Amino acid sequence: MRRLVVIIPVAVFAALVGVMVSLLTDSERNDNLSRIPSALIDKPAPGFALPQVDPSVPGGFATEDLKGQVSVINVFASWCVPCLAEHPNITRIAEAGIPVYGINHRDAPEAATEWLRRHGNPYTAVGADADARVSLEWGVTGVPETFIVNADGIIVYKHVGPVTEDALENRILPKLREAERG
Amino acid sequence: MRLLLASLAILFTAGLTLTDRVNAVQPDEVLADPTLEARARDISAELRCVVCQNQSIDDSDAEIARDLRLLVRERLVAGDSDEEVVDFVVARYGDFVLLRPPFQPNTYMLWLGPPFMAVVIATLFVLFLRGYQRRRAAGLGPEPLSPNDRAELDALVDRIAASTPPGSEVKHGFRAELADGLQHPPGQDAPGDVHEPDPEDDVPGNPGSPESDDTPDSRDTSRS
Repeated sequence: MRRLVVIIPVAVFAALVGVMVSLLTDSERNDNLSRIPSALIDKPAPGFALPQVDPSVPGGFATEDLKGQVSVINVFASWCVPCLAEHPNITRIAEAGIPVYGINHRDAPEAATEWLRRHGNPYTAVGADADARVSLEWGVTGVPETFIVNADGIIVYKHVGPVTEDALENRILPKLREAERG
Repeated sequence: MRLLLASLAILFTAGLTLTDRVNAVQPDEVLADPTLEARARDISAELRCVVCQNQSIDDSDAEIARDLRLLVRERLVAGDSDEEVVDFVVARYGDFVLLRPPFQPNTYMLWLGPPFMAVVIATLFVLFLRGYQRRRAAGLGPEPLSPNDRAELDALVDRIAASTPPGSEVKHGFRAELADGLQHPPGQDAPGDVHEPDPEDDVPGNPGSPESDDTPDSRDTSRS
């Protein structure tokens, strides 16, 4: 009994240290620390229809456009600096032959058009989400955010923040390959 | 001092009620129907602003909080029940938006952990208290000396007394104290000497271990 009184707290403490160390060293978790887990993973893409930003920008797209092939949905805005930082990597995804759809989040049409003209438009289609209502449907908490939707229209991956070189190579491209295999 | 505390308390409660009333809802968001608006306010207070994390959307000035407030009102106007509105938001942002986490398997630890720890601590406390009372009931202080121990101690005291300069007062004071079981404070002349002469650490009859049931006799004979 007396020995138990000593052993139990030590065992509890050791278990606690073990849990903490394993959580601290879990790199997958650390990447998403302070990130809100998305409720939409493995759920169908929400129903929506977005209008064209400008006649010069191909677009306007809706839920049905995302079915039939693996696609990437990128939420961006001309006023968003990290969006500019990730733009080359978004372009790389498009160049790999994957259709990339842009949700133009809370942006002025002229500003978005000018931004796309200046930095290049890798998007298959861009939809204007001026009041962020569709972004809300996608559970977007900020820009940029990037989703992978499989051929069945199911959201399989969500990336919060800019798509960095590392995120592209180690997470997005593998996820895309996996989604394409089915 | 008391006045200061009182005024601080008043200020604090006033501040609390004040922050309670101040909110981020803009006039253009407010619904015409006061009952719907009241429901919207209640729902908003329970939904987390996902970018500020510890503010409700009712409190937050963030754009997304405003969007969610408008969404809540839009759903209410469309005829949704309170639960339907909350489920609508949870379906998009997950349980994370609920400021009051639901009771479900992945939150069992969150909800049950504190009561569980309270029970554990209370149990340990009761066990400790019982043990303490048992020891107290069995006699708090050291056990009284057995006659053999007493005789041995007397012999020791005699030896020490013999090595001190003549003047039997010291010896008397020491003995008197021992006889009284150290109940009285040391006599005037005794103090310095009482605790000093204690070089022998093999004094038998150590009273510290009540579990040992060796008789003092057996120990004495083995020693001598």
